[in-house]
Amino acid sequence: MVLGLLGLAVFVVPLAGLLARVPWARLPALLGGDVVTDALRLSAVTSLAAVAISAVLGIPLAWLLARVEFPGKRVVRAVVMLPLVLPPVVGGSALLFALGRRGLVGEALGDATGLVLPFSTLGVVVAATFVAMPFLVLTVEGGLRSMDRRFEGAAATLGAGRWTVLRRVTLPMVAPSLVAGVVLTWARAFGEFGATITFAGNLQGRTQTLPLAVFVALETDRDTAVAISLVMVAVSLIVLAALRDRWWGAR
Amino acid sequence: MRLRMVGLAVLVMAAAGCGGVGSDPGGEIRVSAAASLTDAFASIEQAYEDAHPGTDVVLNLAASSSLREQILEGAPVDVFASANLLNMQVVADAGMVVGEPAVFAGNTLQIAVPPGNPGGVSGLADLSREELLVGLCAAGVPCGDFAREALALAGVEAAVDTDEPNVRALLTKVIEGELDAGIVYTTDVAAAGSVVEGIAVPAGHNVAAEYPIAVLAGAPDPVGAEAFVAFVLGAEGRAILAGHGFTLP
Repeated sequence: MVLGLLGLAVFVVPLAGLLARVPWARLPALLGGDVVTDALRLSAVTSLAAVAISAVLGIPLAWLLARVEFPGKRVVRAVVMLPLVLPPVVGGSALLFALGRRGLVGEALGDATGLVLPFSTLGVVVAATFVAMPFLVLTVEGGLRSMDRRFEGAAATLGAGRWTVLRRVTLPMVAPSLVAGVVLTWARAFGEFGATITFAGNLQGRTQTLPLAVFVALETDRDTAVAISLVMVAVSLIVLAALRDRWWGAR
Repeated sequence: MRLRMVGLAVLVMAAAGCGGVGSDPGGEIRVSAAASLTDAFASIEQAYEDAHPGTDVVLNLAASSSLREQILEGAPVDVFASANLLNMQVVADAGMVVGEPAVFAGNTLQIAVPPGNPGGVSGLADLSREELLVGLCAAGVPCGDFAREALALAGVEAAVDTDEPNVRALLTKVIEGELDAGIVYTTDVAAAGSVVEGIAVPAGHNVAAEYPIAVLAGAPDPVGAEAFVAFVLGAEGRAILAGHGFTLP
């Protein structure tokens, strides 16, 4: 029990430190500033976009890893997990070297389409997707592996087509994993900092998400930094608590 | 009961933390220096360690504004070398400096562009061109404040695409060709060598940066700190700084 409480203290003490610094009286004025509202809007848009892209690309990838046998699968899975262990600033540098204006792919992309990812909002989404998508792939893959595949077989025997089986049997059965994956992916994308500032830069209204705004404000206006941090804590707690009640409340 | 357990947990954590921070490591001098001093202080570290065998100089390099915040929050630092007077003044006003900070070097600004100058930048006025990708240091970081001063003196409204956290991060993005131009220190362009080109900022628009250094009141090794500061201010330190393109007071 002592160790458990010590474990809890690891989370609670920093939070208390933050709360102790909150300038409550000036809070409404600080939060109404355009730096905060711009960053909040940008964080909401980019983190949700990252979740959407992760779902579109990550679910098929998870299915591939769970259901299809192919050589080198271990390596593929390791590559997918890499962003989880890699320091985000390394990920950001890798993105810059690959997708930057002079990057491996980025140069051709820019020549062909005129699209420049660094220093753009799209670049923020790319960085967030890179660091967050593994959460979705791994949780959905786990769900697909642990589900009882006989249900799918039974549905197919009863005449359901592949698409119907996927829609009516497989997806509902992995729904809890999918939801958990989406929440984790969103949380990681919402808090993303290192890859973003390295790859997408930092400009208010275009690439400055809440974590970047905190970082910059910490050196110029500490009260604003604390206020933004408080917003992030509040948004994260509300989302996590609400989702938990709704989907995992029964456990 | 529950509260008491939490209190105990906090105490244990605090005690565990003290062991690492309070003890005096054998001959270690912790120097927090501005990012623009990266190369010069690496040379000074080497020279100091050669002159004082057994002493280990540990450099903590970041934007002066980041270093200031770390010091104000109680980081165990012996010496602070800032890229502007303001950040040093804030630390001094908090009563955390021993004696008077001494100016040991000066610097000027240049526009850094990738080799070949793909954006065709010839002066500060070009930084207002929308089609160029332009970076500055963030406001509050010395190189960012100086750059904004210079732009104001030139009457240029820059079309900024990114506010980088420190001068070396900005320089890296210019070197990689991701930015067409960035305002950095003359010494940064010199240190980077042939991977960037420097475009002069005319004297009338340029801003002279002054670098102050001081021993901190909370220095874990005050004797080593004094010796290191004396070394930087002395003949050997001055020669190294001049060799890296800094002006001398």
